[in-house]
Amino acid sequence: MSNVIGFILLLLIGLYFGKRAEKRHYKSIIEREHKLNALPAIASRFPPTDGFFHHQLVTGSTVVSSDYFKSFTAGLINIFGGQVTPFESLIDRARRESVLRMKAQAKASGAEMIFNIKFETSRIAAGRTGAIEVMSYGTALIPRSDR
Amino acid sequence: MLLSNLEIMPGKRVVRHFGLVQGSSVRSKHAGRDFMSGLKNIFGGELTAYTELLHDSREQATDRLKEQAESIGANAVLNIRFSTSSIAAGAAEIYVYGTAVELEDE
Repeated sequence: MSNVIGFILLLLIGLYFGKRAEKRHYKSIIEREHKLNALPAIASRFPPTDGFFHHQLVTGSTVVSSDYFKSFTAGLINIFGGQVTPFESLIDRARRESVLRMKAQAKASGAEMIFNIKFETSRIAAGRTGAIEVMSYGTALIPRSDR
Repeated sequence: MLLSNLEIMPGKRVVRHFGLVQGSSVRSKHAGRDFMSGLKNIFGGELTAYTELLHDSREQATDRLKEQAESIGANAVLNIRFSTSSIAAGAAEIYVYGTAVELEDE
């Protein structure tokens, strides 16, 4: 009986804190995305060739953890198959956060755009249910002061 | 040392080609941190300890790549790629690789 109560308690804690964390995170992501919109991140492999820029590798990464409720519902969906929505928002958050961190690093060094963006997603075995890491990297184009 | 994940450098010409250079690093957190992260798995949110760990690990791998490139006389590494794999519970390997070249202004 106490097992069941403990389980339900964990689910409720996961639901409440997980939802709250997600809401906050999305709010801050959207805010920062608006600020960094002026710095485009482009997936093209071919940067402008006019020689106005020098280049620097920029990276950004985030490790986000699932919550108990998400893990449980994802487990349920796994039995029946279908779209695992709880994890979709998790990965979306991680990916957008890592792009923002990369852009912040680029902005700090005075870059105007980022080319050849690549993403790298991996599962990190932390605790029971695991967490995911998303890393994004690209080449920042910084205007040369001598031209 | 110029590092970039582009394949060509605008305004620069590759004069010599040194082949693949690489750097890797395997790290893990102590059990206490792992325990805290386990708790975080209930509440959800960012695992800052792991973000830092992987960041440091990536820096070290990049430094090793740079060292290797310098030792063979390259002045740039192009087409850099990162790769991460979790080896065991709580440990991750970061691998960085790229092509070492000597660049010259056009």
